[in-house]
Amino acid sequence: MVSKGTCHRLGDDVNTDYVIASKYRSMGLDFKAMKEHLFEDLDPGLAARMKAGDFIVAGKNFGMGSSREQAPLVIKEAGITAILAKSFARIFYRNAFNIGLPLVETDTDKIGESDTLDIDLDKGMVTDSSKSLELSIKPLPGFMQELLKEGGAVNYFKKHGKLPEV
Amino acid sequence: MLKARGKTIAEKILALHSGREVSASEIVLAQVDLLMGHDWNTHLTIQVLKDMGVEKVFDPGKAVLVLDHAVPSPNEKVSEMQRATEEFAREQGIRFYPSGQGICHQLLPEQGHVAPGMLVVGCDSHTPTYGAVNAFAVGVGSTDTAAALASGHLWFRVPQTMKVLLENKLPKGVYAKDLALRIIGGATAEGANYMAVEFGGSGVGHLSMDARFTLSNMAAEMGAKAALFEADEITKTWLAARVSHPYTVISPDPDASYSRFLEWDLSSLVPQIARPHRVDDVVPITELEGTRMHQGVLGTCTNGRLEDLGVAARILKGRRIFPGFRLIIVPASKEVLIEAIRIGILEDLVESGAMIIPPGCGPCHGASQGVPRDGENVISSSNRNFKGRMGNNKSFIYLASPASVAAAAVEGKVVDPRKYLG
Repeated sequence: MVSKGTCHRLGDDVNTDYVIASKYRSMGLDFKAMKEHLFEDLDPGLAARMKAGDFIVAGKNFGMGSSREQAPLVIKEAGITAILAKSFARIFYRNAFNIGLPLVETDTDKIGESDTLDIDLDKGMVTDSSKSLELSIKPLPGFMQELLKEGGAVNYFKKHGKLPEV
Repeated sequence: MLKARGKTIAEKILALHSGREVSASEIVLAQVDLLMGHDWNTHLTIQVLKDMGVEKVFDPGKAVLVLDHAVPSPNEKVSEMQRATEEFAREQGIRFYPSGQGICHQLLPEQGHVAPGMLVVGCDSHTPTYGAVNAFAVGVGSTDTAAALASGHLWFRVPQTMKVLLENKLPKGVYAKDLALRIIGGATAEGANYMAVEFGGSGVGHLSMDARFTLSNMAAEMGAKAALFEADEITKTWLAARVSHPYTVISPDPDASYSRFLEWDLSSLVPQIARPHRVDDVVPITELEGTRMHQGVLGTCTNGRLEDLGVAARILKGRRIFPGFRLIIVPASKEVLIEAIRIGILEDLVESGAMIIPPGCGPCHGASQGVPRDGENVISSSNRNFKGRMGNNKSFIYLASPASVAAAAVEGKVVDPRKYLG
C-alpha cells in the first residue's frame, strides 16, 4: 500500500472512549451517524476537520481501554487511510487489522500537525515531506500483512474460506 | 546444554490449549474453552458471522451472552440491539442472561462458567477479571469473537509476564482498589500492555475473592492481556459452591521467567484516588481532602460485589448522605443484590439516601442512567475516569474504593475513609 495525505496530530494514550463514546454505540451498525461524533470528547471540532485520505498520528499506546471494534470502524468510516503511533494498545491493534485498517508503528515524535506524509507499507517507509524526514516502520507478522492485503478478516475469509495461518 | 527455563501461568495455560510447549513472544493458535459477549458488542459479532457466511457457531455450549450494558433499555435503539443479542442466543442455543441478572464479569465466575486453567475469550476489555480464579481470560473485539465462535480457536501472542509480589496485609480502611490504583499509578496506563500480570507473594492469602476480582479487573487499565492469581484454598472454597466439574489448578514454575517484578508491602498502603481524566493519575486520597463531590457511583465490574456494598453500609448505616449529593448503587449481580437484601445492608444504604439501580454496568460508561451535570465532580468505584466516560464531557470523574465513595457521600467532599472505619 502506498498513500499520500495530511495528518492530524494527537497525543499519548488516546483511549477508545475518545475515539467513539460508549453512548453512541447504541447507534448499532450506523457508522455514518457515529462518524459525526468521532473524537468528540477529546476535540469536538476534529471530526469536521478530517477528510478522506488523511492520517492520524499519535504518541504511545493509541487505542487503550475498551475493546469496542466500533473505534477502528468509525475511523475507517471517516476515510482515514492509516494510523501512525509509537505504540498501540493490544485489543485496538487486533481489531484494526481485522477490519483492514493499517496501523503503522514508528517514532512519531517529529511529525507535526498537518504535515504531509507518504506511506509505503510494502517498503516499510514513512516520508514526512513537510519536514524532509524519513522514518522506518516496525515490520508486521506475515499473517497480518495478508489480512491487510485482503482488506481485513471478513474479506480474507470470504476469499479463502478460512483465516490466514499464524 | 542450556537448561529449559520454567514457565509462567500464562505460558502453561496457552501450552495446554495449543497442544505444544510454548514460550513468551511466540504466536500460537489456541483452543478456546469459553466465549463471552454482551449487548454493546454482540450485534457487531453477529454481523461479522453473517458477512463470513457462518450460520452455526462451533460449539454453543462454549458461549455465554449477557445483557448488562444498559439495563433496562433506555431507548428503542438499545432495545433493538438487545433483541438482536437475545435472538442470536436463542437461535444458536447459547446460554443467555437477560437484563438485570448482573454484569458479565460478575456472572461468568459467579455462575460457575469459569474454572482454573481455562482459556476464556471475552468481547470486552475487562475480561481479565476471571484471572482471579486462575483462568487465562483475555479481551478481544467483535471480529476475533466471531472467528473464535465460528472455529473454536483464536491466535495469541504468548505474553511476557509481569510478576506482582504482594507481602503482608492491607491496613484497616485500605482495600484492593487502593492497591490497584497505586500499582497503575506507578506502572502507567501502558505499563502492562501486551503482558500477562501474575499476582503472588504471601499477601495474596489475606485477599478475599472479591478483592482478587478487583485486582484482576483493574489490571486491564495498565493494558494487561490477562491478570492471573494462583488457585489457593480461598479460591477452591469459593469455587466449590459454583463449579461441579473437575479442574486442574495451574501454578507457575519456581524458575519461571518474568519480564518485570513489582513488589508491594500491603501494610504500608494508604487510600488512593485517581484524578480526572486518567486512571494512572493517582495520589493518596489525603492530597485531595476537601474537594467538593456531587455524585457517587458504587458498583461496576470493579467494585459492585457484596464486600463492596458491605463496607459502604458500615459507613452509611445510621448516617444521611450529604444534602444534594446523589449516591447511585449498582449491585454487580442478582445474587449480590439478594444477599445484600438478606443480610440487611441494602436497607442501611437506602435509608441513608442512596439510590439502587438494577444489576448491570450502571452509570460507568454513560449510556443510560446517572449522567452527571455540567461542572460536577463524581467519585466512583469504577475503573475508568476518561473525559466524558459517564456521558458528560463537562464533568470530572475521580476513582476510589467503595469506602472512599461512601465517606464522600456522607460529607459531600473527598475525605479519608479511615476515620469511619477505626
